[in-house]
Amino acid sequence: MSGILNSSIGRKFAMALSAFFLMFFLLQHFSINIISVFSPETFNDVSHFMGTFPLVQYVLQPILILGVVFHFVMGFVLEIKNNKARQISYAKNNGAANSSWMSRNMIWSGLAILAFVGLHFYDFWFPEINTKFIVGDMSGLVDPNNADSGFRYYEELQHKFMDLWRVVLYVIAFVFLALHLLHGFNSAFQSVGANNKYTKGLKGFSKIYAIGIPVGFIFIALFHYFNH
Amino acid sequence: MNMNLTLKIWRQKNASDKGQMVDYKVSDISPDMSFLEMLDVLNEQLVNNNESPVAFDHDCREGICGMCSLYINGEAHGPDRGVTTCQLHMRMFKDGDTITIEPFRATAFPVIKDLIVDRSSFDRIQHAGGFISVNTSGNTIDANAIPVNKHDADDAFSAATCIGCGACVASCKNSSAMLFVGAKVSQFALLPQGKVEATDRVLNMVKQMDEEGFGNCTNTGACEVECPKGISLENIARMNREYLAASLKG
Repeated sequence: MSGILNSSIGRKFAMALSAFFLMFFLLQHFSINIISVFSPETFNDVSHFMGTFPLVQYVLQPILILGVVFHFVMGFVLEIKNNKARQISYAKNNGAANSSWMSRNMIWSGLAILAFVGLHFYDFWFPEINTKFIVGDMSGLVDPNNADSGFRYYEELQHKFMDLWRVVLYVIAFVFLALHLLHGFNSAFQSVGANNKYTKGLKGFSKIYAIGIPVGFIFIALFHYFNH
Repeated sequence: MNMNLTLKIWRQKNASDKGQMVDYKVSDISPDMSFLEMLDVLNEQLVNNNESPVAFDHDCREGICGMCSLYINGEAHGPDRGVTTCQLHMRMFKDGDTITIEPFRATAFPVIKDLIVDRSSFDRIQHAGGFISVNTSGNTIDANAIPVNKHDADDAFSAATCIGCGACVASCKNSSAMLFVGAKVSQFALLPQGKVEATDRVLNMVKQMDEEGFGNCTNTGACEVECPKGISLENIARMNREYLAASLKG
């Protein structure tokens, strides 16, 4: 077992495991966000639970951040190693003849997603951490001194999507997310050695996931832009 | 109709030379010629003009030895599918075409001269474990007497058709050798004779592959498309499983 992460296959495996974890998280994030379209009250309740439940806050959240950091750092490490493996480029290379644009440009779609994660943290995560752990307000209320003021989460969400520029940036980021997932989903299965009779069906499911989840997020962003 | 072509060819005097693309004209090329025959015509022309002929690898010219290489118009073994460069016919090109010809590019495949690269890194990977030890104890069981599942036998045979030309490495944007190593691991992993040394084999071959400086596979699938023998990505997945199982065993 020693040194497995120093091998090319071990790194591939670790990259795939972090990808599975992040794809599961994405599904969970989407499931909560889509509630905001149907029921602001339920969205507030679920958000408050996720924001205050100790297991989520102190166990799952650090694991998630670790998973995100690992996936990005390992992505960069692999890109640097791969560039070293061909130091002189071809004068003419017809990559489109044998592979998809998505598979050849994972680093660029990944960088776009990384930039989006930065914006998303600025928009939601940093203010949330500030309110809860620096200001010390764990109530989740619009007015912490008024128990009848209701939870603040839905209001904050709508407030963020009032700006057209932010909605446009989110839509662009989700397009890059779709491109990343269109290759990444199946690639993760191949990396863990799953290439068998189920692969064809899995490819169909991966397209549904890779397009469905980002389109769903785009729908949520547009919904709140047009309904605030 | 015979063709007149412009060739842009990588010329490099030796391993330490910087190298550059050089333009040549060839005329009256028959569409029935193989690509290597077209290069033979060019070389005759160069020799007649007291110029150095273009060095390129070739041997059987029947598509089975894996010696010819060449990156033609941005693809390993050119634009046709399931063929090596020696089996690529000039009918795949049109009169007046400009054809770019480069060596296979990878840090682990250094250029020796012009279009010839050193692919001995593949040999070293094979030496690390791409074999089975047949001990002649006097009680060796005849291979034909060992029952083998038909599907496994077919898959092992398919994997064993890899000729080790290196098109997978040349086509991969990361210069990964995983299709080659996957095929070599698979052809033994699927058969009873190969299972005895399976753990050491995959660990040693992957270790050697990494030491040679090949890149990491990102599953683009370019190798499978460009492979002249149609080696499947399933072999990489099988190698991944073998490697993970072997790592857990220690």
